[in-house]
Amino acid sequence: MIAATRRFSRPPAWVMIPGLLGAAVVLLPVSGMMTRLDWAELPGLLTSESSLDALRLSIWTALAATVLCLILGVPLALMLAHARFRGLTIVRSLVLLPLVLPPVVGGLALLYTFGSQGMLSGTLDLFGIRIAYTSVAVILAMTFVSMPFLVISVETAVRGMDREVIEAATVDGASRTGILRHIILPLIGPGLVSGAVLAFARSLGEFGATLAFAGNQQGVTRTLPLEIYLQRETDPDAAVALSLLLIVVAVVVISAAYSRQQRAQ
Amino acid sequence: MRRTFALLSASALLLTACADAGDEESVTVFAAASLSQVFEEIGELYAEETGTEVEFSFAGSSGLVEQLENGAPADVLATADETNMDNAVEGGLVDGEPELFAENFLVIVTPSGNPAGVESLEDLDDDAVETVICAEAVPCGAATQRIAETAGMEIAPVSEETSVTDVLGRVRSGEADAGLVYATDALQGGADVETIQIEGAEEDPNLYPITVLENAEAPEAGQEFIDFVLEDEVSQRILSDAGFSDPQ
Repeated sequence: MIAATRRFSRPPAWVMIPGLLGAAVVLLPVSGMMTRLDWAELPGLLTSESSLDALRLSIWTALAATVLCLILGVPLALMLAHARFRGLTIVRSLVLLPLVLPPVVGGLALLYTFGSQGMLSGTLDLFGIRIAYTSVAVILAMTFVSMPFLVISVETAVRGMDREVIEAATVDGASRTGILRHIILPLIGPGLVSGAVLAFARSLGEFGATLAFAGNQQGVTRTLPLEIYLQRETDPDAAVALSLLLIVVAVVVISAAYSRQQRAQ
Repeated sequence: MRRTFALLSASALLLTACADAGDEESVTVFAAASLSQVFEEIGELYAEETGTEVEFSFAGSSGLVEQLENGAPADVLATADETNMDNAVEGGLVDGEPELFAENFLVIVTPSGNPAGVESLEDLDDDAVETVICAEAVPCGAATQRIAETAGMEIAPVSEETSVTDVLGRVRSGEADAGLVYATDALQGGADVETIQIEGAEEDPNLYPITVLENAEAPEAGQEFIDFVLEDEVSQRILSDAGFSDPQ
């Protein structure tokens, strides 16, 4: 039965041509960059102190940003999925704004809000909180640009749920929180995972907002993309080597998450 | 349809003819990005006086040399440092000896009002002063390290930016208490910033060389433009008004 469905849902053969071209658009430039790689120098370039600092910073801040996206983005997606009012489309496009905004603009927006001269500077000073030039600023920049990826995935998953299951649970007298925990969250599991993976990957690649907002200091705010941009000035070989590192980390994380999900299905 | 085409080809021919005629009276100058404002002004002045138009291409000095190595056509090259000019000389791109026409040195800028009370370079090793500088990988960062070494101190920055304009931006917006930029950048900051001279910085300036190129199509006009930059009183004033000093 499953085999039959698979055969019928198979696309016509001609889609191979544009499909493979589509893959080439992404893979060709990446392989082009790899031809510039100096394999003999690679270990030295990758294990320099500044590279390791950048890698370490990138990974832990991207993880923190993903957690923040989950804590704040899942409730936001639930709200958007269940809301019914006239301005909903506008609210949703505003929430998804970072998707279309150039990241540098996002960085400036964060700067004018959380910077030492920003809108909230008085309040932050009151609590002795300083965000600019700290790793917190990096996480904030990453969260800002990555949140929409999680929100879209989760909202789509919630909208695609079988409502009858929830209605049945409500009739049985389950509380709303109980339904969220025991029914909705398990049902939207795959959407949640892919949203989180996308958010992590986007955080890992974040450049513009970090550059404009957080600063650029080794071990504190200089993430892998910023290190690549800086190395490019003096040592293009090192920049290519670090790019490879970034690609490897991203591919490992994404494929690990998706293969686990496919096994679960 | 055919008539439109004929008309189009005729005007295209006319345009080409004009461009050809113009070529004899124009000079192409490749210049460092930091020179864009002053060179535009000097170029207009030069065109008024000689009737020769100047076509500029502004980019980072290393990018300009790379373009020339790949065969870009130009008559004159002006870089923002000697390292890149040396590369051009070694690459056989240059005709004759480059001449120095301007220099630029580092200064401290603070937001207007100087909130952290910075008075000298020595104040910048204080953690309470949020200082931004250029990263060592870029030319202004290398100059910053030299200045700090000469003074026998270490600057404790909160951020090391990839370009001098980013340093100015952070100080200008008040996001940093102090920054090290070139005198010309400090002038661009206008009333938003206060400038503090660094002792000894003038003795260790960034030098701006200019030269005619080996593949120049108009070498005479190119040399004439260079002389105009070096000798004309108004060009000299345009340079000094922008914060450049005279290397002689």
